[in-house]
Amino acid sequence: MSIPKIRVRNLKKYFGTKKVLDGVDLDVAQGTGLVVIGGSGSGKSVLIKSILGLVTPDSGVIEIDGVDVLKAPRAQARALREQIGMLFQNGALFDSLPVWENVAFGLLAEKKIARRFARAKAIEVLAQVGLADNVADLSPSELSGGMQKRVALARAIASEPAIMFFDEPTTGLDPIMGAVIDELIVDCVKRLGSTSIAITHDMASAVRIGDAAAMLYDGKITWTGPAAELLTTTNPLVDQFTHGRSEGPIKMALRR
Amino acid sequence: MNAVLNLIAHIGAAVLNALGLVGELAIFAGTGIFAMIRPPYYPRMIGRALMEVGYFSLPVVSLTALFTGMVLALQSYTGFSRFNAESAIASVVILSVTRELGPVLAGLMVSGRAGAAMAAELGTMRVTDQIDALSTLSTEPMQYLVAPRLIAGIIAMPLLVAIADILGVMGGFLVAWLKLGFNPHTYLVNSFTNLRTDDVVSGLIKAAVFGFIIALMGCFNGYRSKGGAQGVGAATTSAVVSASILILAVDYILTQLLFTK
Repeated sequence: MSIPKIRVRNLKKYFGTKKVLDGVDLDVAQGTGLVVIGGSGSGKSVLIKSILGLVTPDSGVIEIDGVDVLKAPRAQARALREQIGMLFQNGALFDSLPVWENVAFGLLAEKKIARRFARAKAIEVLAQVGLADNVADLSPSELSGGMQKRVALARAIASEPAIMFFDEPTTGLDPIMGAVIDELIVDCVKRLGSTSIAITHDMASAVRIGDAAAMLYDGKITWTGPAAELLTTTNPLVDQFTHGRSEGPIKMALRR
Repeated sequence: MNAVLNLIAHIGAAVLNALGLVGELAIFAGTGIFAMIRPPYYPRMIGRALMEVGYFSLPVVSLTALFTGMVLALQSYTGFSRFNAESAIASVVILSVTRELGPVLAGLMVSGRAGAAMAAELGTMRVTDQIDALSTLSTEPMQYLVAPRLIAGIIAMPLLVAIADILGVMGGFLVAWLKLGFNPHTYLVNSFTNLRTDDVVSGLIKAAVFGFIIALMGCFNGYRSKGGAQGVGAATTSAVVSASILILAVDYILTQLLFTK
């Protein structure tokens, strides 16, 4: 039994009196992909932001490579988190920089590459996500949504991270572009041998990019299983969610 | 009874809120100062911020200073000619401009221009996850975004004020000479005989402090903005308002510190 790449235990986060994460337990084995599904506002983003260190949880354990990043010394926690690449929901590309500088940003920041070689390297990475070199000098705002996602993916994979996070990778894209992005994601993760966590509420996408799946509801993981079983499981919560039924055990809070 | 309790609760909540905000600002300022000193440095970002705060503010600050000097000469003439003290106008103009009006007016103008732009840019970066994205790409946002702007504010403002001083005095000189019929030579001599180094230097020190305040309030409000377009708008407004009020208040404190020895 090897140590899971990422291990989360009893993770809690409250915003005021509102409990967002109420004791989340999660294991992601080395080299596998986990999809986390859950309704809007169920705390999926807070979960991965906690692992990334962008949100400080109130209590719990987050282990990367068996080391608790919440208790480890700053430098060690930073080094552990540096192996995470993140694809943000809306890309979050730096609009003040051209595409190639966006892609090479992490490499330049980590001084893995000299500035004069960065553009060529960026074009190489762009090719891996199916973009030609003529986009390299464009500004992100000149690109379509699908192309922005690709550039954001290129930026996330440029430093060949051991762990990849995807925040709703297909949201806002048409179904075909969604499938293309999913394919790229699967492709990149496989090539790099990365461990990945994707959060999504696109079931087609979840089945395509995940090995395992987990459902986050009411601040807890209420179901885990193989991603392929998402659509066939008899768990009433998952069944209602994946089939998009308004009637069922999940009561959507219309007001918060 | 309930109404009274409610009132007290509201006042209490407002006070707690305000104190929380002051604490947050103090921590932000401390982190920002620390980030300015500690490597890595981002010369590219400092250069960009210097252009933004300094170079592009030149026209606004220059015009403000020029007209202020002009109107100052005109107004003090109206007053001083009533008791035959016209010769004091030159001194009044140069002392007011270098000690007070140069730094304060430049500060207010720059906060409206550059401070607002900082809040809007950082605010947009915040609500579009760009600031979070920086953290995931091994870049500390305080170092990459905030420190260069603070440095630019501290460097650019004294330079702007030095230019504003010259133009303000020139504006007064032009009005005195061409409109009020002063002898240009006498006016200039009157201007500079009473000017001491610390009149100018104190103004430049003020400018550096105001530059820090402008950048700090711009970054602070942008950095903590939330809630989309409306949030960014609110951040921009409070960046300008808070910087302006702080400039006026700190100006008084600095004047007292610098001149009442």
